[in-house]
Amino acid sequence: MCLAVPGKIVSIEDSDPLFRSGKVDFAGIVKQVSLACVPEAKSGDYILVHAGFAISIIDEAQASEVFQFLQKMDEAQDHHKADVQK
Amino acid sequence: MKYIDEYRDADPVQRIAQAIRRSVQNPWNIMEVCGGQTHSIVRFALDTLLPSEITLVHGPGCPVCVTPVECIEKAIEIASVQEVIFCSFGDMLRVPGISNDLLSVKASGGDVRMVYSPLDALRIAAENPGREVVFFAVGFETTAPANAMAVLQAHRQGIGNFTLLVSHVLVPPAMEAILSAEENTVQGFLAAGHVCTVMGYEEYEPIARKHRVPVVVTGFEPLDILQGIHMCVRQLEEGRFEVENQYTRSVRREGNPHARNAIEEVFRIVDRKWRGFGAIPRSGLGLREKYSSYDAEDRFGVARLEAEEDSECISGSILQGTRKPHACPAFGTRCTPEHPLGATMVSSEGTCAAYYRYRRA
Repeated sequence: MCLAVPGKIVSIEDSDPLFRSGKVDFAGIVKQVSLACVPEAKSGDYILVHAGFAISIIDEAQASEVFQFLQKMDEAQDHHKADVQK
Repeated sequence: MKYIDEYRDADPVQRIAQAIRRSVQNPWNIMEVCGGQTHSIVRFALDTLLPSEITLVHGPGCPVCVTPVECIEKAIEIASVQEVIFCSFGDMLRVPGISNDLLSVKASGGDVRMVYSPLDALRIAAENPGREVVFFAVGFETTAPANAMAVLQAHRQGIGNFTLLVSHVLVPPAMEAILSAEENTVQGFLAAGHVCTVMGYEEYEPIARKHRVPVVVTGFEPLDILQGIHMCVRQLEEGRFEVENQYTRSVRREGNPHARNAIEEVFRIVDRKWRGFGAIPRSGLGLREKYSSYDAEDRFGVARLEAEEDSECISGSILQGTRKPHACPAFGTRCTPEHPLGATMVSSEGTCAAYYRYRRA
């Protein structure tokens, strides 16, 4: 039930902060989503949506962290292999 | 879909599984707290990529599964009232109460509707001023801001025919209960990424210190879960017990302050009964006095209703991680998703349903 789905904000209807909402694109399906919990969100941002509410803005830089970790790990492995071969 | 597909790519998944195999030296039991993570693990067969030293223990993080039977009975009683439109997330409709479920109330003429958000229920209330609209507000911290915001919006708009049947539960007290149990075997946790997106992870730091268990806040995609396991295994092997954050693309240490403010405004911490655990002190949320007029239990006079479950279902042990579905003689025979004996077979995030669906056991 704690499922949250990533989507991209297409447009925002600015109103009272409690009722602020926007159209969000989930891989082609567009739905109206409350943005009341992410007042700093802007059009083009990717957000995580749970039960009709955005609960966070996805941090693009942090999103690639796991791939950088894997790359560093592979480089360390290569060094290790090279050391063993010497 | 961006932020999903790349975390399911086989090549990085295999590489991180290799990293886990290189790191592990000793046997470890790691519990994934959230039912969504259990579902991913079974669906993508992630446990089969792990070395034999690692045992994944499935946790209690499925709100449908831990909602006590008396709350289901309250829902059934309210939904049976003539002028009520009873709205709920779909999963709750098939959870068995003592003698029937919400779907049977609908079948016998009750107005029971499946909704996707509490705001859908609020809209139905605005459109039907002559009816009483009740939303079944179950869930963990992830769902609490949505329910709090629905109450705040109803309050602002003066919508008086909208109430919540609240059965909100909190993750940290359940982790405490698991770790304090005599039969506990859990040595490390993958904490629930979306609960922590809302609440942050400061409240897990005293738990990690007190029980000397690593806690890794973890996401839901295959790569997230395996990286979370890798971080947890490294801590266990190095004798560390810290709170680390794998799910950095969504989780900040302090959580989402706007969501937390909404929860704080509308809800207070209360004792709650959990299916499978019994009563856990200070483990749930209830409406504050200021918003008590939105409490369906008061409006429909069901607050004192009590019920005990009586079934051969072992979902209590399943939820505490002490037994797995194949230990149950009814699994897959007398208990199936079509005819569930207990809640862990109902919700798609329930451990039994996940095992059944993906033909494990």
